[in-house]
Amino acid sequence: MILDLIPSTLRMTTPLGFAALGGICSERSGIINIALEGMMLIGAYGYVVGAHVSGSAWGGLCIGIGLGIVLALLHAVATITFHAEQIVTGVAINILALGIIEYLVPTKERVPGLPELKLPIIGSYSILVYLLPILMVASHILLFKTPWGLRLRAAGESTEALKTLSLSRAKWQYFGVILSGILASIGGCFLVSDVHVFTEGIIGGRGYVALAAVIFGNWCPLYGVAACLLFGFATSFEITNPWAIPEQLIKIFPYILTMIVLAGLVGRSRPPAALGKMEP
Amino acid sequence: MNIRQSFTPLFNSLVVQILQLIRNLLPPLLAICGFFLLCGIVLILRGQNPWEFYTTIFISGFSSFDEVGSVLFNSTPLIFTGLAVAIGYKGGLFNIGCEGQLYVAAFAAAWVGMHLNLPSVILVPFCISAAMIAGSIWGAVPGFLKAKFGAHEVINTIMMNFIALAVTNFLVISVYREPDQMAPQTSQVHEAARLPRLSNMLPFLSQSNLLDASFLIACFCVLICYIFLKHTRWGYELRLVGNAPEVAEYGGINPRTVTVWVMALSGAIAGLAGVADVMGYRHRFSDGFSSGWGFTGIAVALLGRNHPFGVFASALLFGLFTKVALDIELILEVPRGLFLAGQGLLIIALVCMEGISKRNN
Repeated sequence: MILDLIPSTLRMTTPLGFAALGGICSERSGIINIALEGMMLIGAYGYVVGAHVSGSAWGGLCIGIGLGIVLALLHAVATITFHAEQIVTGVAINILALGIIEYLVPTKERVPGLPELKLPIIGSYSILVYLLPILMVASHILLFKTPWGLRLRAAGESTEALKTLSLSRAKWQYFGVILSGILASIGGCFLVSDVHVFTEGIIGGRGYVALAAVIFGNWCPLYGVAACLLFGFATSFEITNPWAIPEQLIKIFPYILTMIVLAGLVGRSRPPAALGKMEP
Repeated sequence: MNIRQSFTPLFNSLVVQILQLIRNLLPPLLAICGFFLLCGIVLILRGQNPWEFYTTIFISGFSSFDEVGSVLFNSTPLIFTGLAVAIGYKGGLFNIGCEGQLYVAAFAAAWVGMHLNLPSVILVPFCISAAMIAGSIWGAVPGFLKAKFGAHEVINTIMMNFIALAVTNFLVISVYREPDQMAPQTSQVHEAARLPRLSNMLPFLSQSNLLDASFLIACFCVLICYIFLKHTRWGYELRLVGNAPEVAEYGGINPRTVTVWVMALSGAIAGLAGVADVMGYRHRFSDGFSSGWGFTGIAVALLGRNHPFGVFASALLFGLFTKVALDIELILEVPRGLFLAGQGLLIIALVCMEGISKRNN
């Protein structure tokens, strides 16, 4: 029975994982990103439009990521250049993405999905499923083992640290936020590529679950994706549901866990010290 | 001479106040103008006449008492959520959890309204108090977590939103669903728990007009909030903690206590938006009844500069948007997403302006 859950768990985890990695990149650079939901949505929209027009899944992925970057740039310009309130901007971007989808009603037709890779034992999955662990390790190395990562984290830990090295904090924050746009929109692309059609509630709050995973995973790529795996498992459990637990109870499980961890009752969750702070 | 001298400071302070008012009003007005300009440009790009768009807005919003009544009806929940966000903001807290608070509050109101059969004079206050208590509990939890453990209220209110949606969804589907009905909604509340429609009292509104007494409650709430913030000790404490928590602590105010009750108060006010829907309009709890009022409340508060009267004005504007978006879609075939996307951009423009002015100071 547990084995049956593996495919659905992987499919639930992948979009969450990409979005969570995105959230980590942005928040490690000190910019709060509530806009993950909107970035995923615009990514999904870009995918369905691109794939429909070009007839190829790769075209969809490119447009999806492109739109994700545009939205991330908007967030970055507002919060980093204009010092706008980061939480409000994030909420506004979610509203904007929703509005764009409602205005430019995307096609309801079937679009091609990304190619699948068949491995022995595990089975056949979209290549993005395999890309997630690679990106997880890559972003862990980027963040913790390279000078780039050191600077990105320095931007998030202190408003002054980079200035003392005569480096631009804003530049690294732009880098972090744009990375988050790319990653979150890939998550959205995966959702459409997986079911081949776009539906309005396709993201369904996954951006916020990813946000929960960022906190639950203590702003680390490895733990963050592990949290997504846990939440993804819970979601696929909700679908199979062998013990008839009310589905709503399973749904709120990630949120309650996050609140408990954030309160420091179990484990310890420490946000980057200068998260959300701008130099005066 | 003497009289003039004694008037000069008064006159000066008046000038300062007027300048301050203009400075406060300028960004919202700019943002609103930008919004309408943007809509016009989009219409031109669609190859439609933008003038027609503006006249449709005017006709759909103001051409008769009924239209105005509908605008007020659509504004009512936004007044509550806007006030809730504004009160939190004044106290230095970000309440993104209005959506969840109004859901649990609506459920509480519906539950009391269904299960207690009492005369209206008792039942209506009962329902409203139940809703406010439910909302305030939902708000106080993130407040408490912040005060006690330093957990950020934004994350916790977001989490509480989802928990509220799931819990009410469970209750309405598995426990209190209306018998023999498919729709995820409870049975209707008792007659006595319903707020009267204003069309019964005001002859110039047609019988089908939905405007109900919850709008009057909203107006009353705006006044109370204004007096509370400006002229009471608690309001002073709230603003002090919001502006300078260290000063407040030095002055013998415990910022942690204030954090908890501000969130509770904010949640209670947000809960009234649920009351407006359950007791004034649908007369039952219906799953998914709020079309993002809690989130629009953030925009409302922002546009109203977190001042109760400003919130009232901007809630009317957003109510107008909600009302005319439907008509624009019907008449001009412009999808209503235009208004939603425009709202998003409007908020971003506003916070950018605020950020710039804060940096320049």
